Amino acid sequence: MNKRLITGAFALLMPVMAWAGEYDLTVDRVTIDTGDFKKQGIGYNGASPGPVLKFKEGEDVVINVTNNLDEMTSIHWHGLILPFEQDGVPGISFPGIAPGETFTYRFPIVQAGTYWFHSHSGFQEPNGAYGAIVIEPEGREPFRYDRDYVVQLTDKHPHSGDRIMRNLKMSADYYNRQQQTVGDFFDESGEKGFVATLRDRMMWGDMRMMKADIEDVQGFTGLINGKGPEQNWTGLFKPGERVRLRFINSSAMTYFDIRIPGLKMTVVQADGNNVRPVSVDEFRIGVAETYDVIVHIRDEEAYTIFAESMGRSGYARGTLAPSEGMVAAVPELRDAPMLTMADMAGHMDHGDMDHGSMNHGAMNDDTMDHSAMNQESMNQGDMDHSAHGGGMPEDPFYASGSGLLPTASNGGKFLSYADLRAQSPLFEEREPTREIEMRLTGNMERYEWSINGIKYEDADPIVLQYGERVRFKFVNETMMTHPMHLHGMWSILDVGAGKWNPIKHVISVAPATTVYMETEVDAPGEWAFHCHLSYHAASGMFRKIVVEGGPDSSVAEGEQSGKQGGES
Amino acid sequence: MSRVMVSMWGFALAATAFAAPAFAQEDPAKKTQTAKNFWGVSAEKLEYRYSDSDEELAVIEGDAYYGTDELKFRWLFAGEWEEAHNAWETLENQFVGQVPVDDFWDAKAGVRIDTPEGPDRVYGVLGLTGLAPYWFEIDTNLYISDEGDASVDFEAEYELLITNYWIVSASFESLVAFSEDQEIGVGKGLNSTEVGLRLSYDLIDRSLAPYVGVVYERKYGDTADLARDSGGSTEDWFAVVGARVMF
Repeated sequence: MNKRLITGAFALLMPVMAWAGEYDLTVDRVTIDTGDFKKQGIGYNGASPGPVLKFKEGEDVVINVTNNLDEMTSIHWHGLILPFEQDGVPGISFPGIAPGETFTYRFPIVQAGTYWFHSHSGFQEPNGAYGAIVIEPEGREPFRYDRDYVVQLTDKHPHSGDRIMRNLKMSADYYNRQQQTVGDFFDESGEKGFVATLRDRMMWGDMRMMKADIEDVQGFTGLINGKGPEQNWTGLFKPGERVRLRFINSSAMTYFDIRIPGLKMTVVQADGNNVRPVSVDEFRIGVAETYDVIVHIRDEEAYTIFAESMGRSGYARGTLAPSEGMVAAVPELRDAPMLTMADMAGHMDHGDMDHGSMNHGAMNDDTMDHSAMNQESMNQGDMDHSAHGGGMPEDPFYASGSGLLPTASNGGKFLSYADLRAQSPLFEEREPTREIEMRLTGNMERYEWSINGIKYEDADPIVLQYGERVRFKFVNETMMTHPMHLHGMWSILDVGAGKWNPIKHVISVAPATTVYMETEVDAPGEWAFHCHLSYHAASGMFRKIVVEGGPDSSVAEGEQSGKQGGES
Repeated sequence: MSRVMVSMWGFALAATAFAAPAFAQEDPAKKTQTAKNFWGVSAEKLEYRYSDSDEELAVIEGDAYYGTDELKFRWLFAGEWEEAHNAWETLENQFVGQVPVDDFWDAKAGVRIDTPEGPDRVYGVLGLTGLAPYWFEIDTNLYISDEGDASVDFEAEYELLITNYWIVSASFESLVAFSEDQEIGVGKGLNSTEVGLRLSYDLIDRSLAPYVGVVYERKYGDTADLARDSGGSTEDWFAVVGARVMF
């Protein structure tokens, strides 16, 4: 207490010096009202989502987290580069924060951009324990805007996280209300013929897989900054302004396709790192990703921010308006996509099904390989134009013929990973020292998820050496999309652009695709690495990473982070 | 003799489950970051049956489980309460351990205790349960009674989605005995079949789904003779009304 006062006084007196910003967070039981339902949950400083934490690049932050729950808690600073003891993963970074305890996080802010924070304990995050982080850069940004808003999305469900996990284990399709029905069968028979439809159903039935298996957990209400579609979060602007929207997907399970009908969005940042601006009509945000976009609004009109879930079972909605109360039309949800045999290709190890798009050899070739991706009919030599290539849209980050391949609702440009280029690379370009293959594996029927067929509880940690540059090869053998998140170190997504490859903290891997990322192993200690879908991570799609060697970590880190234990 | 076998099965099952994963390196996060133990209670059938011969039955069939992906302990219960006699015509309790043997199949082993009105029986159970291609849910068990009699039952169920909430489920059950156990009305060979068709509506999530349906029960061969001798029927049509519950 005393110390805090002194720090506060010091800060007041010396505003220009590099100073330790001190922040207090309480972890509380809160009521979450989505407009559709009210639900007890967990929040910060009495609300869910918690406050937007505004840091400055270069400052040392001190964050006092008081646990007012009757269970352990933790806060993970998602995407922040910091000493591993400050990373907030119970059992890896620290023991966690006991009920009634105040834990003090201390770390330097060494980056800028849009990030977020959330509990890494149990299912507290799906239950509401998340908030946003905005870090102001030291230098000038390579784009300009007049005002900015955090647009933090989540998929709030009326069931608690524990209950959802348990239900999924009892019945993996518990929440799936988009399964194909008798009516669908006859509709499809009318279009494609009875025999063709029957064969299609037999093929999927033979595998015991569902085409409609895109979202494990339906029945949620999409929230923007804690507000449901009816409550309509609204950001105000003056006509002529450039507005920066900091989209953060804090969902437990849901990918969103985001558009603002009537406005082009210029993507300027992905996962906190500046990218070369790309103008798009729509983009897909994976779970735990962030995208910053700038919209230039000329007219005195309201615009709807419309975020449809990837499986079209729900949506979040907000509004940009020149004055409070103005609204624009809210679009209808588009038809739910269906998985295709192409999305299933990674799953089948015996596959000789007589389906056109199921060329197993081509599937196993990595999708980043230019020759492999171009051999499929399209003649675009450059990935930049992949979505403009006329005819059927292609995206190297989806299996060829995938049912998940997104298209913009207005027929315009849909952002692809292939469009992302780092604005200013953080690392020297160099050859990776080794490659680590990670097959993303699972059993949908049992709701078990794993890496290389092994669940976390049975797995040894992955040991990396400080100073390595590791190339991770993700091979998605499931029919779900997995947002893979490495703590503590950057994930350099290989889009085939060499030193301009974008730098991220979440890499989304679509079904039946292979995606590469490289990591400069520059952070000693122990880190978590997992699928960011809450119920996949908790089912075993998780690993501990141990970084050995490096500067005498105990001394160097200890100095920066202060005491390691639970300081109360 | 069979009781010894039962406990041997149980022991072997537990041993496999615990021996399988060698303890990987101590890592406390495996506890904090993994959801490991689960439980569930459900009743597939909780219904009233009215037969074409004015017989009235209350039927319950369900289970409760606790366990992990690798090993579950399951209590299965089934009973038919006969209104006219104010008595349990059948009453079964099974306690089994269940382990996965394939992506879609689990093996079960344990004990079944029948305590209906009339003579009791204890059985050793060895079963297979899972999902067959084309979405047929299958459950089949071998029973060996304390009298030394062996029997096999087989159940299949298929769900047809009229919509995502209106569901027709078709079920088939049969029992085959390898030897006669006259005391409890079991003849050698095919004993009985039961075919059911139920239309349900998912009222609250998947926790409560009321249904109506029809069930056709038939007894065969020696079993039918035994039923006739004791004044029972060998062929019944039932109208059923009930609910499926799952917690």
